[in-house]
Amino acid sequence: MSKVTTMKDAIAHLVRNGDSVAIEGFTHLICFAAGHEIIRQRKRDLTLCRLTPDLIYDQIIAAGCAKKLVFSYLGNPGVGSLHAVRRAVEKGIPAPLEVEEYSHFGMVGRLIAGAAKLPFYPVRTFAGSDLPSANPRIKQVPDPYAESQVYVVPPLNPDVAILQVQRADEQGNAHIWGLMGMQAEAAFAAQRVIIVAEEIVDEAVIRADPNRTVIPGLIVDAVVREPYGAHPSYSQGYYDRDTQFYLAWDAISRDHQALLAWLDEWVYGLSGRADYVEKMGAEVWDALQPGEAWSGQVNYGQYR
Amino acid sequence: MTDHTASEMMIATSARELADARVVFVGIGLPNIACNLAQRTVAPQLELVYEAGVYGAQPSRLPLSIGDPCLVTGARSVVSMSQLFQYYLQGGLIDVGFLGAAQIDRYGNLNTTVIGPYQGPKVRLPGSGGACEIALLARKVLIIARLSRRTFVERLDFTTSPGHLSGGDSRSRLGDYGQGPTAVITDMGIFRFGDKTREMVLTSLHPGCSIEAVQEQVGWPLRVADDLAETEPPTPDQLRIMREELDPTGRYRK
Repeated sequence: MSKVTTMKDAIAHLVRNGDSVAIEGFTHLICFAAGHEIIRQRKRDLTLCRLTPDLIYDQIIAAGCAKKLVFSYLGNPGVGSLHAVRRAVEKGIPAPLEVEEYSHFGMVGRLIAGAAKLPFYPVRTFAGSDLPSANPRIKQVPDPYAESQVYVVPPLNPDVAILQVQRADEQGNAHIWGLMGMQAEAAFAAQRVIIVAEEIVDEAVIRADPNRTVIPGLIVDAVVREPYGAHPSYSQGYYDRDTQFYLAWDAISRDHQALLAWLDEWVYGLSGRADYVEKMGAEVWDALQPGEAWSGQVNYGQYR
Repeated sequence: MTDHTASEMMIATSARELADARVVFVGIGLPNIACNLAQRTVAPQLELVYEAGVYGAQPSRLPLSIGDPCLVTGARSVVSMSQLFQYYLQGGLIDVGFLGAAQIDRYGNLNTTVIGPYQGPKVRLPGSGGACEIALLARKVLIIARLSRRTFVERLDFTTSPGHLSGGDSRSRLGDYGQGPTAVITDMGIFRFGDKTREMVLTSLHPGCSIEAVQEQVGWPLRVADDLAETEPPTPDQLRIMREELDPTGRYRK
């Protein structure tokens, strides 16, 4: 049976108030379309997990949907601060936000442990840093094979992971190319998985290139077709990162009221991503269209 | 008078520091241009590694973020962040890591987490990202920062990424990690950590800068090398590549 559904239904049925949610994707393939639907459906008390909260969690936190943030880098990449997250942490606007902070490698280790169902994960980082004193969940244990201590992090098993991909079949077997971030680990670690694809393709397309299948349909609960679902993040080969938007967000997000006005116009005022794509206009999409750079082909062989 | 900006001086100086490096972990902003400049001048052998999961990048444009699609197209390898952090960084393949910070102390310890107390901070900064593990696991670390009393402080509000801790052998007692910061490249001069104290020593002044002017921007009594040098200015070739190829709009050079 096909798992294809709409974004509205996927978020309504699979994201519950109080859930921990990981909309993963390191710069690449961040599913803003799902984040906007979470805001539109006014989900509450979410624990948001991501290495880099990026603009999507800035928006969700400004909208008042989150109570906690688990992260490792809190910035607008290459631009500056995430002002809405800072307002929540520094001033409690619109509501206080609890934070649980790691380094990137700490978060990487947490997701590996979550995906592999390990009790904890050892990482050779944190020594000499104040991070373990700021976050008591970063612990030291004796190395059972040597006379030394090693830092460990706990597994991260989000209730829901939402992953944008370039293409998937109706079962959610998903091809990703370009930066892979922690997409696979987040999917394997989560209780429920929503795949959001630029394109839904025939199973044969997936089977023709199995090395590119990063997430198997086996662990996927819902598949949503959502072209441009990652904008202003990007989809390698489909559309470029919208640098102008990331720069513009700095000004929009500095003021809470201006940010709410932006949400009114671009999230609450629209019914979904198709509206957003139309409102953004062909000129924007044309400008973000990359040129072509095809991979070579490999021969998997036909065996008798 | 010089015909280059302080940022161009920092970029050119940083690029020279990479002359012997094979694999560099690239940060965003000035380090990004410096690494690309080094690859086109003193270090054609240089492999650029980006924490997003790219080894051997050959970016066709200057990326705004370290996860830009131009880092992928034409790279030698693209891997998950699990592989990047475990096998490349923790596996010991990184020769040089570049770091910046909101606060630096005299031992090259770095703060990118908070100004003020951790609970209820005055300013909430971005946090570690990959900096803490780069500081520990790269063979050596180059710090790039503009001199100011707000940045070069007597005492950090928070140690995000360890440098030489409290100096002496305090870092080597941590365990089997990289050697830590070897140079701090600023807009007025270069500091190194040459002696047993592992304290920052001004070893080179940029043309037109004075020891007094540097001291003015540093929040502790400055130590100056006996053989204080004058930094080589950027060559015409370096300036041409920066201005025409790497940063034509001047976003990072000004």
